[in-house]
Amino acid sequence: MSANANAPLLDVRDVSKAFGTVEVLRAVSLEVKRGEVVSVIGPSGSGKTTLLRCVNFLESYDSGSIRIDGKEVGYREAGARQRRSERDLAAMRAETGMVFQSFNLFPHLTAAGNIMLGLRKVRGKSEAEARKIAEHWLGRVGLAHKADSLPAELSGGQQQRVGIARAVAMEPKILLLDEITSALDPELVGEVLEVVRSLAEDGMTMLMVTHEMAFARDASSRIVFMADGSVSAAGPPAEILGTEIDNERLRNFLARFRASHF
Amino acid sequence: MLGQILYALPFLAQGFALTLWVSLLVVVLSLIAGVLMGVGLIYGPAPLRWAVRIFSDTIRGIPILVLIFFVYYGLPAVGVHLQSFWAAVLALTLFKTAQVVEYLRGAVASIPKGQSEAAMAIGLTFRQRLAYVIFPQAFRRFLPPWINGVTDAVKGSALVSLLGITDLMQAINQVIGRTYEAMPLYILGALVYFAVNYALSLASRRLERRFSFIRE
Repeated sequence: MSANANAPLLDVRDVSKAFGTVEVLRAVSLEVKRGEVVSVIGPSGSGKTTLLRCVNFLESYDSGSIRIDGKEVGYREAGARQRRSERDLAAMRAETGMVFQSFNLFPHLTAAGNIMLGLRKVRGKSEAEARKIAEHWLGRVGLAHKADSLPAELSGGQQQRVGIARAVAMEPKILLLDEITSALDPELVGEVLEVVRSLAEDGMTMLMVTHEMAFARDASSRIVFMADGSVSAAGPPAEILGTEIDNERLRNFLARFRASHF
Repeated sequence: MLGQILYALPFLAQGFALTLWVSLLVVVLSLIAGVLMGVGLIYGPAPLRWAVRIFSDTIRGIPILVLIFFVYYGLPAVGVHLQSFWAAVLALTLFKTAQVVEYLRGAVASIPKGQSEAAMAIGLTFRQRLAYVIFPQAFRRFLPPWINGVTDAVKGSALVSLLGITDLMQAINQVIGRTYEAMPLYILGALVYFAVNYALSLASRRLERRFSFIRE
């Protein structure tokens, strides 16, 4: 069931979630169209990472709906909030790629092995095929020569590039990036963002949580500003990061951000 | 003296074979049961977790000797009659299983949560996550205490002699009963137990080194 081309690839509608009494998401709605790059910005604790984790159901949500390509993510259709089976969930997650702040490479596998695991076990590729794809993507992220290195032998920037290669090699419909440069030394941020930029140029659909305002401005089709668990403002970068902003919260956030970065 | 001991060697060897057989059964059965129950404890629904927790805490709180007597002399009261051999194997297995559960829990708990999440994110199912991501990493932490436990099992198997089973310990006692050569025979017994356990710890060290490339 392929939805029509104009329908959003990712359709988040009225998603709410509470941890105990703390409401982390309040009726969040958000759309990402095919080929779009959407950045989510906002102060810490605003729910951006939780939202991202709901999209591939690493986190469940209490109400609302999240659809990818027209298909409900974590719960079965027909209204009832019944979790999908383990097998179903795994299959859904294979359609989304995720890159983590802390890389989360598998330390017992080489760079190529990290990429090959999903290709072999989820996509059912042969060893040789998987290896070829892994080498292709390692080449794309500039690490062809590191295929047989273990994560512990790689720098943070290199590890994160393997993390990106591991996610995109599965040919996901959408790539989720969760503050992927936050754990990196400043001098290693550029090499990772460069990879993301080149993926965006190839038309990869992406939803990213980021604190890199300059990058968000340059690479995004749209920017979503979250505060206190809800979408406070959304629009093209020029509008959201521009100089004339009505939204007081956004203005304060950007002012604080600029103050701490210059 | 030497002649008498040499004469008894085949009998002692039989006892030794039984010791190894009991140990092997206990180690294999407890590994299977312990891993299954450990997975239940870590990932299972609440009632299963409680059941395993109660099992493990209870068993580990009972001296192994009490457990052996309980299974052999106690269970018949509720209609369960086991041959002394199987009663001993069951009691030792229960004891080891509780330990394996704890080793596994500790080893898996040491793997960062991000590993599971990364494995989920690429679409691996629960079993695949355990098989390809969690267990291979947990194995290195599981191994040292487990091998220790195996050597304990070999040593602990000497307790089955108390049910009249002719293992190495019982064979030695019987030969001493005939020859009154306690000292040389106990030294022989000690050497045999030591040799087995020393071989095990050497193997363990080699295995650990084999897996030491996994750095966090």
